[in-house]
Amino acid sequence: MRGLIERMGGLGLYYLHDLGRMGIFLFQCVQGIFRRPFRFRALVRQIGLIGVDSLPVIFFTGAFTGMVLGLQGYYSLRKFGSEGMLGSAVALSLFRELAPVLTALMVTGRAGSAMCAELGIMRNSEQLDALECMAIDPFRYLVAPKFLATLISLPILTLFFDLIGIYGGYLTGVSLLGVNAGAYFAGMEASVVNKDITLGLVKALVFGLLIVWICTGRGYFVHVIRNAGFGAEGVSKVTTQAVVVTSIAILVWDYIITALML
Amino acid sequence: MDDAAIRFEHVTKRFGSQVVLNDVSLAFPAGKTTVIAGGSGQGKSVTLKLILGLLQPEAGKIFVEGQNIVGLGRRQLNEVRRKFGVLFQGAALLDSLTVYENVALPLEERTSLSREEIRRRVTESLVQFDLAEHGDKYPAQLSGGMRKRVGLARALQLEPSIMLFDEPTTGLDPLKAMDIYDLFYHTQKLYGFTSIIVSHDIPKIFNLADQVVILAAGRFIVFEDPSEIWTSDRPEIRDLVNRVMGTVYNSKLVEATP
Ligand SMILES: Nc1ncnc2c1ncn2[C@@H]1O[C@H](COP(=O)(O)OP(=O)(O)OP(=O)(O)O)[C@@H](O)[C@H]1O
Ligand SMILES: [Mg+2]
Repeated sequence: MRGLIERMGGLGLYYLHDLGRMGIFLFQCVQGIFRRPFRFRALVRQIGLIGVDSLPVIFFTGAFTGMVLGLQGYYSLRKFGSEGMLGSAVALSLFRELAPVLTALMVTGRAGSAMCAELGIMRNSEQLDALECMAIDPFRYLVAPKFLATLISLPILTLFFDLIGIYGGYLTGVSLLGVNAGAYFAGMEASVVNKDITLGLVKALVFGLLIVWICTGRGYFVHVIRNAGFGAEGVSKVTTQAVVVTSIAILVWDYIITALML
Repeated sequence: MDDAAIRFEHVTKRFGSQVVLNDVSLAFPAGKTTVIAGGSGQGKSVTLKLILGLLQPEAGKIFVEGQNIVGLGRRQLNEVRRKFGVLFQGAALLDSLTVYENVALPLEERTSLSREEIRRRVTESLVQFDLAEHGDKYPAQLSGGMRKRVGLARALQLEPSIMLFDEPTTGLDPLKAMDIYDLFYHTQKLYGFTSIIVSHDIPKIFNLADQVVILAAGRFIVFEDPSEIWTSDRPEIRDLVNRVMGTVYNSKLVEATP
């Protein structure tokens, strides 16, 4: 019994410590962003890796999500004889909810995991120690470009998802099921307000922060994470953990932001 | 302060209940070569990391050229680190940069030299380390020995006054290891830095040493004259000597047996 309490206490302390470590990490990342000289070329490269390279994935996810919304929306709305509302139903679901969440989940799987593994490998092969010994701040040099690139890419990718999704809905709703094209866009225009778009973009920014914070942080601390093991195994476990934790955090914060901004 | 480049005073380093260094004191003389030897897991790498401020001791002081580095903030620590050149065990080159970019990194990040001046210096040291035609390769495309040479070239760019080497020849064949030692010998003659070499290459490495430190059971045992090691009667040293000599004798035995 005492052993159990001790173990629970130890675990609790570990998570508290881990949370504190991640908090300090976030603070150092923000500091790193403001340290000179700023690495503009690295930022452009990271936007390429995180943003541009995600476009195909976002295109397909957005297209099929929009198409399915067209089908499902038509099916439900027809029960009330209001197929004309299809445009606004598709657009509101995309802007407010699906585009930010699905974009963030896709970027987590694609770019977040890569960031985590990259930093984990750099930690294990002493590349991070080497940077520190050369008095090069790893936060400014390595993490800051990833941070900014993710925060810039996510809102843009989310808007791209919105656009593709709306045309996906058009494809099934209008072209396939015969909803009036004018009604599809007019309904959208009448019902979507600035607040809906803002909500989506706020979500995209917060999710971007969660992705880059958790994924780079887990990789950076690969050597001190409980039960992760060492070497290649450690990196792979920590990368899996980063993707899972980030995805859950995205869904939790999705709820919190929606509740706050409703 | 004194003629020691680095001085440990009553340093204790623990990981949880494991005591790695137990109240040790030691001076690393300036401009000289100190070799640290000792069994695996005795704390040789930890000693280097303490000197670099990558780990903090639980007790004691570590002086680098007269300044105590224990408890220094990041900014001050970075000033101290300017004095160091480090060759890590796996060379620790940045994977995403080419050989040329790796060697240029300290100059680009830590000096305000012009692009041409950096190009001139890097090209020169690539030639010096026999890497001239490999400048565009990435670390993953190099052999172990080449990586160590790149690491050495990078470490020397800021003309450090203290060089730290963690097992510079591990994983190399004996001939390549001799090449690396030759390179040390000549670069040290050229630059005159203090060097601290962690190595298992007993007894070869002793030829380079001005002072040998054996790490055993959390203590430093210092030999100002490496030849004393062979005649020492301390049990932990005899044990090490027996093991080293044992492998030599055994290999002779194998050769001699028909
Ligand atoms: N960050 C750390 N956390 C916990 N224990 C550590 C840490 N770094 C080293 N140790 C422990 O300290 C001891 C000394 O490690 P160190 O790496 O210095 O050994 P070493 O003498 O360099 O061995 P080798 O010759 O195998 O490289 C080992 O028992 C190791 O488990
Ligand atoms: Mg070691």
